[in-house]
Amino acid sequence: MANSLETLRAELQDRFADISIKADIAYNELTLEVPTAHVFNVCQALRNRFDFSQLMDLCGVDYSQYGQADWETKQASSTGFSRGVSKGIYKEEVETQRFAVVYHLLSIKRNQRIRVRAFTEGEPPLIDSVISIWSGADWFEREAFDLFGIVFEGHPDLRRIFTDYGFIGHPFRKDFPLTGNVEMRYDPEKQRVIYEPVSIDPRTLVPKVIRHDNRYAN
Amino acid sequence: MPEIRNYTMNFGPQHPAAHGVLRMVLELDGEVIERADPHVGLLHRGTEKLAESKPFNQSVPYMDRLDYVSMMCNEHAYVLAIEKLLGIAPPIRAQYIRVMFDEITRILNHLLWIGSHSLDVGAMTMFLYAFREREDLMDCYEAASGARLHAAYYRVGGVYRDLPNRMPQYETSKWHNEKEVNSLNENRQGSLLDFIEDFTKRFPKYVDEYETLLTENRIWKQRTVGIGVVSPERAQQLGFSGPMLRGSGIEWDLRKKQPYEVYDKMDFQIPVGVNGDCYDRYLVRIEEFRQSNEIIKQCVDWLRKNPGPVMVDDHKIAPPKRETMKGEMEGLIHHFKLFTEGYCVPEGEVYQAIEHPKGEFGIYLVSDGANKPYRLKIRAPGFAHIASMNEMAKGHMLADVVAIIGTQDIVFGEIDR
Repeated sequence: MANSLETLRAELQDRFADISIKADIAYNELTLEVPTAHVFNVCQALRNRFDFSQLMDLCGVDYSQYGQADWETKQASSTGFSRGVSKGIYKEEVETQRFAVVYHLLSIKRNQRIRVRAFTEGEPPLIDSVISIWSGADWFEREAFDLFGIVFEGHPDLRRIFTDYGFIGHPFRKDFPLTGNVEMRYDPEKQRVIYEPVSIDPRTLVPKVIRHDNRYAN
Repeated sequence: MPEIRNYTMNFGPQHPAAHGVLRMVLELDGEVIERADPHVGLLHRGTEKLAESKPFNQSVPYMDRLDYVSMMCNEHAYVLAIEKLLGIAPPIRAQYIRVMFDEITRILNHLLWIGSHSLDVGAMTMFLYAFREREDLMDCYEAASGARLHAAYYRVGGVYRDLPNRMPQYETSKWHNEKEVNSLNENRQGSLLDFIEDFTKRFPKYVDEYETLLTENRIWKQRTVGIGVVSPERAQQLGFSGPMLRGSGIEWDLRKKQPYEVYDKMDFQIPVGVNGDCYDRYLVRIEEFRQSNEIIKQCVDWLRKNPGPVMVDDHKIAPPKRETMKGEMEGLIHHFKLFTEGYCVPEGEVYQAIEHPKGEFGIYLVSDGANKPYRLKIRAPGFAHIASMNEMAKGHMLADVVAIIGTQDIVFGEIDR
């Protein structure tokens, strides 16, 4: 298996020698990192020449808080830790490449999987739709649009899919609070459902910590 | 001459045949479907975002609530993904237990599917039969994990506890006298494994019963043969998996092709359909009943002969024994750290897919080295299936939409996540 992944990687690097793709194998899985402009062509080639007939999954990832812990445990002061509830603890630093679109492809013929990742740029983040390559991409792209606000160019019907009709914002972005922004209730006086700003504070029950345990390092 | 306009109909979200909260906007030309536009998301709970705010082990119960008729299979994909990142493998006995419960879950899922699908299409009896067997299997769930549905039984590093030596029994009450209770308890005298073995002996006859009711049934065939035909090419294009893909004639089963746990040691067959219609998918699932039953038998045999640990012996991941926690400082610290902070998973990303009863259930997990997942994406098989509703329903009659929802085995817990 690992061996044939190596072969596939060599084949892919050979085929896409003209564009700068990065191919890594980790945990026995092959990841291709492709520049946004070439995503469509690479996907088309993967389907037509490398038999990746199925798009199993497509999702967005927001990398804006990657590797940022809620607190640094290396320095414990005499006053102890602050509770991990303060909101300004994250570094307010917007990376140039914040959103990535990750495709998981499956080849039934080769019995192999491959992951393709493309970082998008701009606001809203733009990327080419792959719906003409795999019809199944339709709803997956709608989902990524709904939850992350990634715009897929060439998608015929890019509507929200999960969130409420008339929802504002993209809930899976890291700067969207877990509690949301509005809450809904039935108002007996107005005799209809109304939206109000949320009445609960966001709380961190378990702070995010990053520790390096040598036993599990690869 | 008056202009002829299509009729738009709203189906659901509260409709007994919508399998939960599916709202569909159907454009009809007479009784023929011109366009079907499913509106999903009414059950969206943001499981993936919730998981990002919790330590890894606290999200296991969320997995039960995804596809709430195949609970343990969802957990399986999640714990496998974490185990892959951690680079650990559960003890072999835990792997057999997981495979056994995966197959019990597959039967549970298919029983609910056949019950509700046939009820939608007009066969009442199947529903009652299917729930009779589900009862026994949910008792197995209860005996092993304590819960009949949301088990939280698979944990990172193994399973929560070993199989019990005694099967819980019914007690007399004002509704059940002693004679009734004795007959109910007849096959519950031994251990859980005895009860499961007894079930595997009874179950093939039950499947025969289902087949006598449906397979040659004229109404059933009229409602399913030639309905919702998907060609193998289209099935791949649309990202189908599981029985939906096999019904179209593609021999693809992750348990065989990309085996996980001990599936490579199991002896079973992959049933495939020919025509890719609702009837073929029905036949595929019926055969999966029998194959799953065989796998359970093999697991029971092995589990009887091979006692052993069911959890890794690493207290950074698995909690220490209760007495160790109460009696030793080390155990107390491990227990405290594990349940307050959890464990840190090395940086990296994995995609772990398993053959869920409905198809390929995948967990894409990105970790930045913290005690919480950085991103968790759940690849739900039903999501890809219901996305094809428009294509499958187009040109069929209104009543066939119900048969197509049934054959897709829709459960909203996993689609809306």
